[in-house]
Amino acid sequence: MSPNIFSIPETMIGFLIGFKPCDDPLVYACPNACDQNDAGTRETPNMTTIAFPAPDAGIIARRDEIVAGLAKLVAGEALITAEDELRPYESDALTAFRKVPLAVVLPSTTEEVAAVLRYCSAQGVPVIPRGSGTSLVGGATPQEDAVVIGVSKMNRILEIDYANRAARVQAGVTNLAITGAVMADGFFYAPDPSSQLACSIGGNIAMNSGGAHCLKYGVTTNNILGLKLVLHDGEIVEIGGDHLDMPGYDLLGLLIGSEGQLGIVTEATVRILRAAEGARPVLFGFPKPELAGAAVAAIIGAGIIPVAMEYMDKMAIAICEDFAKAGYPMDAEALLIIEVEGSEQEMDDQLVRIIEIAKKHGVTTIRESKSAMETAAIWKGRKSAFGATGKIADYICMDGTIPTGQLPYVLGRIDALVTRYGLRVANVFHAGDGNLHPLVLYDINDPVERQKAEDCGLDILRLCVEVGGCLTGEHGVGVEKRDLMPVQFGKADLDQQMRVRAVFDPAWLLNPAKVFPLEGRVAA
Amino acid sequence: MTLFTPRTEIEAARLVADLALTKKPVTIQGGATRAGLGRPNQTEATISTNRLTGITLHEPAELVISAKAGTPVAEVAAALDAKGQMLPFEPMDHRAIFGTTGEPTIGGVVAGNHSGPRRIQAGACRDSLIGVRLVNGRGEAVKSGGRVMKNVTGLDLAKLVTGSYGTLGLLTEVTFKVLPRPERALTLLIKNLDDARAVAALSAALGSPFEPSGAAHLPAGLSRPIPRTILRLEGFSVSLEYRIGQLRRLLADFGELIVLEGEDSRGLWRGVRDCEFLAEPTESALWRVSTAPTRAPQVTAAVAAAVPGARWFYDWGGGLVWLSLPPTADAGAATVRAAVASAGGHATLVRAPREIRAMVDVFQPLGPLTRVTGGIKTSFDPAGILEPGRMYAGM
Ligand SMILES: Cc1cc2nc3c(=O)[nH]c(=O)nc-3n(C[C@H](O)[C@H](O)[C@H](O)COP(=O)(O)OP(=O)(O)OC[C@H]3O[C@@H](n4cnc5c(N)ncnc54)[C@H](O)[C@@H]3O)c2cc1C
Repeated sequence: MSPNIFSIPETMIGFLIGFKPCDDPLVYACPNACDQNDAGTRETPNMTTIAFPAPDAGIIARRDEIVAGLAKLVAGEALITAEDELRPYESDALTAFRKVPLAVVLPSTTEEVAAVLRYCSAQGVPVIPRGSGTSLVGGATPQEDAVVIGVSKMNRILEIDYANRAARVQAGVTNLAITGAVMADGFFYAPDPSSQLACSIGGNIAMNSGGAHCLKYGVTTNNILGLKLVLHDGEIVEIGGDHLDMPGYDLLGLLIGSEGQLGIVTEATVRILRAAEGARPVLFGFPKPELAGAAVAAIIGAGIIPVAMEYMDKMAIAICEDFAKAGYPMDAEALLIIEVEGSEQEMDDQLVRIIEIAKKHGVTTIRESKSAMETAAIWKGRKSAFGATGKIADYICMDGTIPTGQLPYVLGRIDALVTRYGLRVANVFHAGDGNLHPLVLYDINDPVERQKAEDCGLDILRLCVEVGGCLTGEHGVGVEKRDLMPVQFGKADLDQQMRVRAVFDPAWLLNPAKVFPLEGRVAA
Repeated sequence: MTLFTPRTEIEAARLVADLALTKKPVTIQGGATRAGLGRPNQTEATISTNRLTGITLHEPAELVISAKAGTPVAEVAAALDAKGQMLPFEPMDHRAIFGTTGEPTIGGVVAGNHSGPRRIQAGACRDSLIGVRLVNGRGEAVKSGGRVMKNVTGLDLAKLVTGSYGTLGLLTEVTFKVLPRPERALTLLIKNLDDARAVAALSAALGSPFEPSGAAHLPAGLSRPIPRTILRLEGFSVSLEYRIGQLRRLLADFGELIVLEGEDSRGLWRGVRDCEFLAEPTESALWRVSTAPTRAPQVTAAVAAAVPGARWFYDWGGGLVWLSLPPTADAGAATVRAAVASAGGHATLVRAPREIRAMVDVFQPLGPLTRVTGGIKTSFDPAGILEPGRMYAGM
């Protein structure tokens, strides 16, 4: 099986997922994706409200010595130390934060990762694990006194086992490459983040990423069987395997979503599933957001769980239609993309039920995809929502989850908030599971508006928690939501998480500025 | 032995804090229907959850339910059933194999991560669990997760404590996402396959687009003289008719497909879920092995060659093997562990006399994961008072 059938030039990635590299404020931060001279125009001060710890002057002073030590551990081309070559690693897709790291190492084997981690640990040097750098929350943002360990060169598919429905892959393989490797045989890897062309399975594991089709198939944590993990001191451990449910404490569950704080994942055994015989997305346009929300609840209430139920508001419809020409209803105030799958007859049967419900909720447009090309266009529009938005304005992408019953109420409150700040918002979200992605639009060159957008975004997340939801449904905490953690958790909750963290990283060297507020950190 | 029955989480937290101060080890008990699981441990006190009861939230339109830990599973199931819903992971009821009589609690289900046949399609208990509240060994009330379907805020302690058998905390409240109950369910039965052929048939079905929600194989002599390979289909009626036809075609080489419905079908899956087929003789040792499906027949063959009188069946398409062995000195531990070591996976000694469970490893030995496992235990329970030794000796 060729591991490379989905590999494409990195310069193309941004474009394919809906960005034009470099003219986009939320530029796709993969190495070499754009001409760095251009980056100057995007240079902006760091978000004022979120602090990084002061770089350790002792480490900076020992830079040459540390680089020399690293050079002994990996092949020459795996070590990046020149200022201009470090630039592409200064941020992830949350480009508001930029820090040039001390060095970047791109190992090719688990043993190399282990050697580098062991060395950094012994030297007391912070380490930032990195996959493809598509994190939207600054999960992979480096710091001046840290070594970035990137797994992008470890991008092979090692084993495909159809009878046991499992594939073993290296951590740097892209999400879509896994599906690409098994697609010809009718299989796929289920979680499908919109960034799937670029993001790595290691990054997906670190963030517990989701996607449009997670309503039926679950998120990353429901689809991983085993991991190979390098601990902070260089020890290599296997967690789980190619069987179900690991023995002992559920370390898989703990590791997935731990945002690079507990170790570096170098391999994963993922579940692969047989694809349905067919899939058909249908567009439902509604005259009011509340009606779309009520239709979602009624569909679930009728015992139907479609593979996907995606919501877009009027602004998002306009932006995405302009980009993808997918035939989205421009006159609708709210759009649902509902996908059903199965045989033709099964799809027809489900659609009859869904359409009947939609009609009871005042649906004004119903359009079924009639061809593979239409289906592709419909999903292209949805999956490039962020990129397409980036073409018309700068934006901050939020990612809270709310109880689905609160949808109409929360949409109203978001509207009011955004109006109060004098901003605009485009709403896209995974309606079936209440995972909201309000895109708060602003002008990055206007510092006042920029601050307003940040404040507005954080207010939206506080609102999610207030109605019984959470700060992040799939993008992670990173630096962006770090200081909001006490809004959702009490001291005992956070202390317990940090004590568990400290078991894996007693000196807080792994991705240390993320997830937990800088104040009040505890040891094991 | 003192028995404590806190009525609230606050009371429970105070209690555990006191026990921690005096370093009094404690056993945690729900309905006591699964008390025989794990290593036997000696404690001076028991905390029962039997007053921490009641469904605290049920939003049928949002597919979510929360209940205090001591709530009977039956109560949760009935509330869901009334709204046409169910717990997706089909929790096992251990009363058949332990001969116990109490009411299994929902907290006990989470403490053991107990999942049934639908695990292959809908995930394990840990996959449906979206939130927990617990009291750790410091006597602190801690929450993780919540009541929404997608949540990646902070470390997922909810999964970590699922299947930790009370060693990390006293669960006080659990929240699940649930699913609509299927309109119709039926079983497809193929007769007379040997183990390897049966697993091949199950793999073919599970690797098809027709989504079986159960896939098991019962070798000869388990309540019937002939081997039975069974698949369960669930969903809308029209869809099931279609899938039966497709599976008939796909599995034609394996033999005729017989359709069972109603109690004939339900009874079979209850039997698989609760390991009823191997409940007797009650003195036999029961092992539960998780491995890759295609390697399961190799595990049973190795055990059968070494232990006369071994009996077994397969669930999860072959990936879960239940083994019944005569109650020899080590309950077959050496043989089972060796077979699993060569196939990959893990084995748990689910049922055996106390003396044997005190002597052999009940759970899969941790190997290189001993250090972090011990560290996690200490991070929740520094005084080591919660179910000490229940999972691993000295931990
Ligand atoms: C346009 C766009 C659309 C997106 N759509 C979605 C979506 O639909 N759903 C969704 O969930 N997310 C989405 N994301 C967010 C992002 O793609 C995911 O978080 C993704 O999983 C990050 O993967 P990555 O390889 O780029 O990781 P990076 O950004 O490089 O890193 C992310 C985090 O993982 C850690 N990490 C990376 N590799 C490893 C490793 N091997 N071991 C340990 N830790 C590691 C890093 O330290 C960091 O904390 C989107 C992003 C963009 C830009």
